[in-house]
Amino acid sequence: MSGPSTYEPKSGLTRWLDKRLPIIRLAHDSFVAYPTPRNLNYWWTFGAMLSLCLVVQIVSGIVLAMHYIPHVDHAFASVQRIDRDVPYGWLIQNIHSVGASMFFLAVYIHMFRGLYYGSYKAPREVLWILGCIIYALMVVTGFLGYTLPWGQMSFWGATVITNILGAVPFIGESIQVWIRGGGSIDQPTLNRFFSLHYLLPFVIAGVVALHVWALHESGQNNPTGVEVKSKADTVAFTPYATAKDLFATTLFLILFATFVFYMPNALGHADNYIPANPLQTPPEIVPEWYLLPFYAVLRAIDFNIGPIDSKLGGVIAMFASIGVLFVLPWLDTSKVRSMRYRPIARQFFLIFVVVCLALGWCGGQNPGKILLPATFSATLNWVEGGQVATQAIEAPGESQFDETAAATRASLTQGGAAMVMIQRLNATDASVTSVSGGAAQSRTVTAATQDELEAEIQHLKDEVGARTPFFSVARNIPFTFTVTTFSQILTLYYFLFFLVILPILGLRETPGRVPDTIAKPVTA
Amino acid sequence: MLRTLAISALAAAAVAGVAFAASEAEHPEDHPFSFESPVGSYDMAAVQRGFLVYKQVCSSCHAMSHLAYRHLGEPGGPFALYMVLNHETGEEEPHFGPPHHGGRYVDVTENPYVRSIASDYQINDIDPSTGQPIERPGRVSDRFRSPFPNEAAARASNGGAYPPDLSVINFARHGGADYIRSLLIGYSGEQDGVLYINRYFPGGKIAMAPPLVEGAVPYEDGSPTTVDQYATDVATFLQWASDPHMEERKRLGLIVLAFLFALAGLLYLAYKQVWRGESH
Repeated sequence: MSGPSTYEPKSGLTRWLDKRLPIIRLAHDSFVAYPTPRNLNYWWTFGAMLSLCLVVQIVSGIVLAMHYIPHVDHAFASVQRIDRDVPYGWLIQNIHSVGASMFFLAVYIHMFRGLYYGSYKAPREVLWILGCIIYALMVVTGFLGYTLPWGQMSFWGATVITNILGAVPFIGESIQVWIRGGGSIDQPTLNRFFSLHYLLPFVIAGVVALHVWALHESGQNNPTGVEVKSKADTVAFTPYATAKDLFATTLFLILFATFVFYMPNALGHADNYIPANPLQTPPEIVPEWYLLPFYAVLRAIDFNIGPIDSKLGGVIAMFASIGVLFVLPWLDTSKVRSMRYRPIARQFFLIFVVVCLALGWCGGQNPGKILLPATFSATLNWVEGGQVATQAIEAPGESQFDETAAATRASLTQGGAAMVMIQRLNATDASVTSVSGGAAQSRTVTAATQDELEAEIQHLKDEVGARTPFFSVARNIPFTFTVTTFSQILTLYYFLFFLVILPILGLRETPGRVPDTIAKPVTA
Repeated sequence: MLRTLAISALAAAAVAGVAFAASEAEHPEDHPFSFESPVGSYDMAAVQRGFLVYKQVCSSCHAMSHLAYRHLGEPGGPFALYMVLNHETGEEEPHFGPPHHGGRYVDVTENPYVRSIASDYQINDIDPSTGQPIERPGRVSDRFRSPFPNEAAARASNGGAYPPDLSVINFARHGGADYIRSLLIGYSGEQDGVLYINRYFPGGKIAMAPPLVEGAVPYEDGSPTTVDQYATDVATFLQWASDPHMEERKRLGLIVLAFLFALAGLLYLAYKQVWRGESH
């Protein structure tokens, strides 16, 4: 792709160096002469922003590490000291925490770009997989970093995430203890999380180098998805792509700075300003916004699937939702790269984007929250006045209990009892209370949630309780469309998109007319 | 068709979300604090009064362990002292906060107000000559004195409830200063056992007795000594305590954004210039 090197050293020194370490030649070929498709749009500028984000995070992180203390008693206070007393510590700390969000914002756009324009297809499979590895490392690094301020959300987020690893069969518990460095999140956890949080960004930097290398080998994809065929299709990276990247990156920095200087806490959670307290679980435990979609997938699986219990099912689904990206190049069967020429795929892609956003919303909500109005009702029957009689019954054996109870109930009802209550005491014994005579009463209560319904029932019981020995309660619990139900539908679409829609659609869809070359529609 | 479906699904989700956004506590009352706007600064007189209320009322139960007395007199603090030359008398006069022009910042170690505040407190220390625990008057470098030696002692003195540290309380609560102010004025006067009814507290019942009483803290500047005024002042002070660099942050932000906008403009022109001969 890059072709033969066009670098010519001009001075004696550069000629000397070029014979010994052709590093200037490498830089020239990679970032100056490197041919880029001339039709790249602004979606292609996020790579530059991401490189900048990585540098910003590493530089600000190194400075923060000079002041941060990874100790359960001092971590929170050391972050406070950075914010209050370290010269411009507040600025560096804001840049680092907002920077994490900006990094993820840019990487998500970068990934959706790749998805839309088919940048994962041959010959860019390795480039795509390296990108997936970078993303996975970013997720881990972001999670580890969120633990370090040792606030409530840090502590409990780490507890939840390490807990779910315990769901892995056989080795789960060992892994959990190994990662935590003990039975619970404590000093050893904080120490190793800090160590790894410092290490992983450099691993990311290494994989980024491979990512860029792979990019320069296969060349950039472009909005048409048509490969570069001649020199007419391309322009030199510098100054053309450089100028565009610089402009777009500056716009990105404006957004970045707006958050750093005017909304530094907008993307965080208030609870993380409360020091970690292992004895007090916060009312809601949520990860940072960029992990919310995966959190929703984790919690969507609230049912057992055969031998897989809901907890393990959730973990599998969560890891699969990232894992499926790795095999995407072999799932999409379409010969056409860019969805610009795939009218049907484009619609499904737009839904996919909305689904991802909706999953993020679900991840931040209480999973039991009811989304569509439902009416919970209960009918209470009781008898006012009348004679109350209590007797004990004993079944001959445990298996005959139901039979005996039914017979007792039938005989009492025949004898004129208006209501019968059987309270089982153990395997064979029960206490039977019956009311005969009196006035049968019935009332129905309704509510919008189960909790409210129980409160209504209790309220009614309290109201008439003094005059009546017992109630029979028939609850009518409707199907409710909750955040979990919504997450399940969204999760289903997420996986359908990759595992069914893309493989089948690629074979059946009639694509639009793809231009022969990049230059043709551009210069026409 | 698919697109219509997607849009209607989104709209349905949005409506459902709004319809069921119920919460157990009442939403905090919105107060027009001076620091809320992107260019807003602290009402330093309110921060000073709020500190007074904290000192005389809140600090008997609530620690502020991340703050030191010196923070009160550092640039951006409520007692930051500047000496300003009065051109009529030719003498230097003290001024809290940076004056409009001129003025010489008085280092916090020389600041008589902060020194006096600090020395009002007795701080636990170790006598360097005997090694025995002693109490000595506070210095500007000392952290705010905590009312209790540890959490257990704090709980024991407060019926089992732990009065939270107030250093970053406005960041640690949804609703921030509005919430703190609302909470302080939200008591109904009723009690449920040892708890007090407060409509802004999650769950509606709070262990803290109504802390503010009209007229309890005398103000020298003539501000009304009402519960409402105390609550507003304390909320303002605690906002400063949570975010002491806010004014500097907003000032610097303005410069950075102005620079970035100018740079973006220039880079856009450069980009246009570079690409002018190339179709794309």
